[in-house]
Amino acid sequence: MTRILAVDDSKTMRCMLQATLVDAGFEVDLAEDGVNGLEKLKNTDPDLIITDINMPRLDGFGFIAGVREGKQVTAVPILVLTTETGEHLKQRARDAGATGWIVKPFDEDKLISIIRRLVV
Amino acid sequence: MNDLNDMFFQECDDLLEGLSSGLNNLEDGGGDAETVNSMFRAVHSIKGGAGAFGLNQLVGFAHALENVLDDVRAGKLTADETVVALLFTAGDHLSDLVDAARHGNDLPPEQGASILSDLKSVSGATHSGSEPGGDAAKEEPPAFEPMALTVDGGLPALADMLSPVESEPLTITFKAHPQLYANGHDPALLFRGLEGLGNLTVEADLSTVVPLRDAPWSTPSLSWKITIRPDDLVDEAAVREIFEFVEGLCDLEIGAETAPPPGDADSVPALAAPSPSAAPGQATQAVAAKNAPAARSSTIRVDLQRVDRLINLVGELVIAEAMLRQSMDEMPHSANTGVDDAMSQLKQLSGAIQERVMAIRAQPVRSLFQRMSRIVRETSKEAGKSARLVTIGDATEVDKTVTERLVDPLTHMIRNAIDHGLETPEQRRAAGKDERGTVTLEAAHRSGRVVITLRDDGVGINRARVRQIAQHKGLIRPEDDLTDTDIDNILFRPGFSTVDAVSNLSGRGVGMDVVRNEIQSLGGRVTLQSEPGAGTSVTISLPLTLAVLEGMVVRVADQTLIVPTSPLREMLQPGQARIHTLCDGDRVLALNDELVPITDLGAALGYRADPVSLDLQFLLLIEGDSGHRSALAVDTIAEQREVVIKGLEQNYESIPGIAAATILGNGKIALIVDTDQMIPVPGKGSAVNRPVPGVTGDALHA
Repeated sequence: MTRILAVDDSKTMRCMLQATLVDAGFEVDLAEDGVNGLEKLKNTDPDLIITDINMPRLDGFGFIAGVREGKQVTAVPILVLTTETGEHLKQRARDAGATGWIVKPFDEDKLISIIRRLVV
Repeated sequence: MNDLNDMFFQECDDLLEGLSSGLNNLEDGGGDAETVNSMFRAVHSIKGGAGAFGLNQLVGFAHALENVLDDVRAGKLTADETVVALLFTAGDHLSDLVDAARHGNDLPPEQGASILSDLKSVSGATHSGSEPGGDAAKEEPPAFEPMALTVDGGLPALADMLSPVESEPLTITFKAHPQLYANGHDPALLFRGLEGLGNLTVEADLSTVVPLRDAPWSTPSLSWKITIRPDDLVDEAAVREIFEFVEGLCDLEIGAETAPPPGDADSVPALAAPSPSAAPGQATQAVAAKNAPAARSSTIRVDLQRVDRLINLVGELVIAEAMLRQSMDEMPHSANTGVDDAMSQLKQLSGAIQERVMAIRAQPVRSLFQRMSRIVRETSKEAGKSARLVTIGDATEVDKTVTERLVDPLTHMIRNAIDHGLETPEQRRAAGKDERGTVTLEAAHRSGRVVITLRDDGVGINRARVRQIAQHKGLIRPEDDLTDTDIDNILFRPGFSTVDAVSNLSGRGVGMDVVRNEIQSLGGRVTLQSEPGAGTSVTISLPLTLAVLEGMVVRVADQTLIVPTSPLREMLQPGQARIHTLCDGDRVLALNDELVPITDLGAALGYRADPVSLDLQFLLLIEGDSGHRSALAVDTIAEQREVVIKGLEQNYESIPGIAAATILGNGKIALIVDTDQMIPVPGKGSAVNRPVPGVTGDALHA
């Protein structure tokens, strides 16, 4: 089963994501910020990661960089899900190693179809 | 979705509290980078959630506020006095918008229009034209429009009606940069995505493959030639959407005709190095964060009902323990000291459990105090006065219900303090005081109660004037010998107001008597001290919890009743009181030249038909919410103790004159007297005169 790690500091957003992803048949792990996300990755091996950008302790950029640094061989797709729309921020995320960028509020079907395009 | 909705608003409350405490920090000059950062994140999270729920007004405002905070965060804007004041106002408005949204409303746009334009003008230089949604709409590629794919298949007729375009084959040349793989993309998955759009052929350009022995593994550079004949209604945009995320990570050409292979692609890869400049810094940050200990305290949210059920059960446990102890005492003294030891251990444990469980409902008064800082800002602005709020002991924990129900009384008290207590800046300067008045809110635990004090450094109470008005209103007589405290406490009498023209701020037809009522209904007491010229302080003393009540266990007509101690003022032994009988047979107690009506508790509750002789009765002098007093006649007073409150409505039905019930150590139920209803209202006679069921068993025991 496809396993997804969703990282967002908003509990509301985590729950929405979880509901959407579980409905679509994915297995979901949640983390509340970048640090927590990296911790979760020690024990889980998700097929895809969804992360917010603005988070306490370690933001999305740092988190993505942390993931990429840790796992060089098989690059897990990382989707950024944020309200940010700035082009320079998108570029920064891409430079850090993000796979895709989706603007909140997200359309459920669109999110799922994008995920399906990114996982084997 | 409702649960999510609730969760969102609950989260908003927390975020708003964070924003507010950040603002206070900023105002006090203590705002470091992380303070501003966390404020930004708070507003950002509200915006994000609001977007998900389609709360556009909230999104728009949060966005404008977020921009200002972003500028402050980036050092483009200095958080000077004006900016901080604007942030405070904006924070208040944001909280109003959240409240409105919680109730499914929008606020009239004109309400926040000036704040919004202020915010925009402050951040205008750097964020011009940056509207929420606007950006997204602009930057989102057209490929994000709903795809026509969904119409395909089932509705051929409709599909034909919509521009039936004979699709031309597209030719795509695609060369992946190393970064593409590093970012989690997989060309095979891209091709799979294309496959869904039409008839596909993919051909790898093997000429660019380096021999295995020479292969630099970090820079694979395969390229493909793809031909796709899109299905009906699939246009080039849909094809481009597949490549949306790899844009910039590959050489990509999409065209109707066969494009020549990019000749220079081999020699000069556009983005060959997989380590962009921004990465090292972030990597360091990530490592630092990884090594940092998890300093965050872990909390869980629990449904309040669950906690209350637990509190109830623990109450039962304490009662069961008391029952057990009582029956042990009644047994012939056993030589088995082991049981005694076990009993005392059980008592300690159940007491400790009760204390801990009560603590679950407790929450710091911080959020309450923070709400008050807004009242101070608004009131002083309206009243043309300058005031600041100083809070002390805001980590003090109080029962959640208490903090909720303190909002109105405290709001009223603060309005009073600023409106009536504080002088205008000119007056203050003339009196040699700081132009800016100080209102202090202090919370502390004192001998098992919570004490909340509100102090102002204003003029204090003008006692001569209070006395004059009270006489005028017939509340006191000219010859009354009143102490300063007596006069100060006239303020709590119903219908007293020192301001002739009802002020818009404090005198909304509501006086300090309402404050006192509310506090008393929480089992609390409120007192007032004032020093002319130096200010006034009002002290509220509250029980730590509403689940337990301090009461007098009394016996009336063979019934055991509980009289709460909070309205209790005095107790008189039989024969100690001077009792007069009035012409209509009513008996009154003469106390300090005042005549207090006597209520025979047994008769009032219908336990006995005829009033008994008061010669052998104890009298409990109580003072009710209204300030009126009454003396309750009871047969005996057994003891003073804490009792666990059991609601009557849930288990039986509401009984006039009875507030609730409790279970005593012997397993018997005792009713708790509603003292307020035992005080005759002038002109209406005694409120209660209906038989109350005699309770002997445990019929009420749910």
